[in-house]
Order: sequence, then C-alpha cells, then structure tokens
Amino acid sequence: MTAKYALRFGALGYLALLLLLPVGLVFYRTFEHGFHPAWAAVTSPQALHALWLTLIIAAIAVPLNTLFGVVLAIALVRHRFPGRGLLNAVVDLPLALSPVVVGLSLYLLYGTGGWLGGLAGHGIKILFALPGMILATIFVSLPFVVREVVPVLREIGTDQEQAAETLGAAPFTTFRRITLPAIRWAVCYGVVLTTARAIGEFGAVSIVSGRIEGKTETLPLYVQSQFEGFNTTGAFAACVVLALIALATVLAMRMFRPKEGAA
Amino acid sequence: MGITVVEVSKKFGEFVALDDVSVAIPEGSLTALLGPSGSGKSTLLRVIAGLEEPDGGQVLLGDDDVTHQPARARGIGMVFQHYAAFKHMTVWENVAFGLKVRKRPKPEIEHRVHELLGLVQLEGLAKRFPAQLSGGQRQRMALARALAVDPEVLLLDEPFGALDARVRKELRAWLRRLHDEVHVTTIIVTHDQEEAMEVAGQIVVINHGRVEQVGTPRELYDSPANEFVMSFVGPVNKIGDTFVRPRDISLSPEPDGDGAEAMVERVVHLGFEVRAELVRDDGQHLLAQLTQDEAQALELEPGMIVYAKPSRHTVFTR
Repeated sequence: MTAKYALRFGALGYLALLLLLPVGLVFYRTFEHGFHPAWAAVTSPQALHALWLTLIIAAIAVPLNTLFGVVLAIALVRHRFPGRGLLNAVVDLPLALSPVVVGLSLYLLYGTGGWLGGLAGHGIKILFALPGMILATIFVSLPFVVREVVPVLREIGTDQEQAAETLGAAPFTTFRRITLPAIRWAVCYGVVLTTARAIGEFGAVSIVSGRIEGKTETLPLYVQSQFEGFNTTGAFAACVVLALIALATVLAMRMFRPKEGAA
Repeated sequence: MGITVVEVSKKFGEFVALDDVSVAIPEGSLTALLGPSGSGKSTLLRVIAGLEEPDGGQVLLGDDDVTHQPARARGIGMVFQHYAAFKHMTVWENVAFGLKVRKRPKPEIEHRVHELLGLVQLEGLAKRFPAQLSGGQRQRMALARALAVDPEVLLLDEPFGALDARVRKELRAWLRRLHDEVHVTTIIVTHDQEEAMEVAGQIVVINHGRVEQVGTPRELYDSPANEFVMSFVGPVNKIGDTFVRPRDISLSPEPDGDGAEAMVERVVHLGFEVRAELVRDDGQHLLAQLTQDEAQALELEPGMIVYAKPSRHTVFTR
C-alpha cells in the first residue's frame, strides 16, 4: 500500500517539478501584470504574422506527411521489395538526427554553391523563404504518421483485404472501404503528433529561415527573438500561445486514442 | 461450375508448397482438401481463389482459363479460418459488401441480404458488429457474405478450425444441408479427417504438395492408395509391413489357433465405442476398437490376457 502511494506521488512529483512547474511559471509571468499587456503582445503585427506563418507551414507540411506516411506504411508492411529494410531505417532518421543538422544540410543543398543552389538564380527562392521552412518542417515531422500506422497495419493483417478482393472490390475500393477505416485512429494520432512537431519546430527552421523579422519568423523563432530583445512579456505571451496549442494537441491525442479493447 | 487444376506448382522461397498438382472438381460437388498442416492444401485453395499466383500450371473455372485473372474477377466466394469479418461494419453491411461493390440497385441488395441472413439464421443480429457475435455466428455471417454475390464456386479455408468442438459439429451438419439447398460447387480445406468424411462427397488427400489420393470417404477408408492415406484417414496398427484398422482386430478370451497372445493395458469407454490398448508378448502395441456390447461380453479390463487376430489387413508394395 505504502509502496503504491510512494510510487504514485514520486511519479507525480517528478512530473510536477520537471514539466508543470516551468510551464506554469511561463503562464504566471505572462499574466503577472494582467491580461491586457499579454493580449497586446500576442496581437502585435509581428506576433500575428509569426502565428500565421506557423499555421501555414503546418497546413502544408501535415497533409503532405500524412499522405506520404500512409502510402509508405502500406509499402513497408504489405509489399516486399529490395531496399525495404533500408527505407524502414531511413524513415526514423529525422527522429535520431538533431534538427540543427537537418537545417544545415538543407542550407548546404540549397545555399550558394550547393547542388541545388542554382535554383535561386532562376527565381525559385528556397533558403530564407517559405519553401525552405516547409521543407525543413516536412523533414523533421516525417516519421510520425508512418510509425503510428505501421503497427496497426501489421496487426489487422491481410485477411479483411483479401476477403474484400474475393468479393469483387478493386484495390482502391478495398483501401477506401476496408484498410482506411481500420487504420483511421492511427492516422489521426499520427496527424496530431505531426502537427505538434511542425508547430513547435525551432532548430531546423531557425537555420533555413534566416530569421527575418516579420517575414520568415515562425512563432517559436518569434519567442526567441523577443526574449533576446528583452521583450519578456512578448516572449512569454507567445509561449503561452504555443503551450495552448500543445495542450489542445494533447487533448486531441487523448480523444483519438482508441479505447482499450475497442475494435 | 466445375474446377480443373492442371499441373500447378508453387514455391515459397525454397519451400515447395505445390508440386505438379492436378485435380478435377465436379460441378455441384462438395470436395474436401485434406492434409496435415504445411501439406499445401490451403495454398491450392488460394491458387484457385486467385489470392496466390502459381509458378506454373493452369486453373480453369468451367472452361475458362482464369490462371492470370485477379481474385475479384473470378466469381468466387471465400470463407477464411479467422472469419475475416469487416470489423467496422455491421452484420448487414458485411453481407451487403459484395453487392454494393458491384453497384447493384438498393432494393435488390435489401432483398438479397435479408434472404441470406435468414438462410444463415442471423436475422435478429443484422445491426450488431462482428465483435458482438460468437465465433459460430461470425462464421455464418462470413458464409452469407460469400454467398451474397452468387458465386460460381464457394471456397472454405479451414472454416471451422477456430471454433470449439460442439459448434464445429453443428456447423458441419448445417453446411452439409446448406450445400444440398444451394448446390454451389464447394471446396473445403481441412486437416481433420473426420470433418472431411462427414461433410464432403469427394476427398482429395494432399501431402508434401502432392495429391496422394482422390476418392469418396468410403474409398479412402476401405482402399487407401498408400501408407500415408491409410494412416491419415483413420487410426491404424502397423505390424511389420502390414496395416490393420483397430476395428479389424478381433479379440477372443481363449486361444483360437492363429490369435496372438496380448495383455490389455488400458480400456477407454467412448459411449458406444470402446478402445482397448493391448501389448503383445513380443512388445508390439495394438489398438482395438470394439462395440460396448463386445467389450462387455469379453469382460475387458486392464491386466487381462486376450488373443488378438486381424480379420482384415493391408500391405502396400513399394
């Protein structure tokens, strides 16, 4: 009995000290002088632009990664082809690689003298612009949908798909009517994780964006720039916006997690 | 529609699943593919279904060569061992799936699904999900789903394998009656010789990817083509090179010429049938099958000495 409570309070205390206390402090500092200064800070044109940019990047990166993630998961689980093992390993690369490395590699590829650096001369601006930031975000948030969908595809097996086939369903009908409904919660869960990662990304985007105020500044970059400029109210208020988005994400995640034992 | 399999081979890596298999399944028959696990019987069924492409050979449905046609174009109905129920659909939607995919008019679908749910005795459960059904109900749903599209051929892959013994027996009898009603050419894959004999009119015995024998249950039991079939379709005593069915061993309490002396080790009562395990004085073990009356007349009990004589035996020349 005692051991059970010790474990429970130990775990809660650990989480409170390491997670809740710092995040709670941000909330406290943001609203320490009342609601209005914080509201004014997050509704400044620069802050709104950063929020807008962050949402645009997520709105492009998340659907692409979802589509690609589902296709890749099906390829990895349902098909045998040369290089499958390698592909499976490469998918995890963004999880293992520091975002700074991702940013620098994109910088090398698209920068002046890089293999694709010539694109800038043709009017296609990748670095220090939206396309580069989207590429960096896609890179770092790529594995989540794949990693959520793969185990579910394995678990449901091929029986239902084959049954549908014998009943006359063409491959795409089988995917739409049988496979997709079976993996839908995993896809939702993957989308939520991808969104969280896309919105919070700092390192890679920081390098490829060039951090041009009011132009290529996402919300996390805005927080950093305000903090460095001693505008703590602005930094903390933006932090609260990020934290609220994260909170909404976590809640969405809980909603999408299938109940134990449910089919 | 009859099914003809001509010289079909299939390998999985180095493993030979089917080795030059030829079988003819008559139209309207109920045929069992019988063999131990890994014998290739399921692979043969999946080749016929179009879920597995053979390395060589042909599959004909009626007169059509369907070897390279996908499963969806073959007009078959298939039932899987683990039901393969569409978990996110109700019983009704499961059964209607094939008709909806074929874009049949709604009233026709309504009518057909209703009719089939009646046939498989699931009328009251149309709105349930598969997770809310028992194993036997799920398998009946799977059968209705397969029958909904009016298949030319019905293929059952160990359909009762995941069910408990009592439900299995019920469903076998039910399948037999269903086949008498519907008359669709049916193949059932099983590793259970009793199931094959009870349900099927024709049995194809398969082992190591080859057809060992094709025949009626009676033919297989009474005149097995080889040692494998003999021992697979029923219990058997092997005495040197001769094979004797347990029911062909007659026991007498007194020496009667050529009967060999044996001691009763164990007596198993299975209702009408009684099995006696014997050991001869040369160490040979024997299994004898008697009726309850015979066992009573002999007053069989462990430790007793009897005289065992094969009334009929089989020798295979190699």
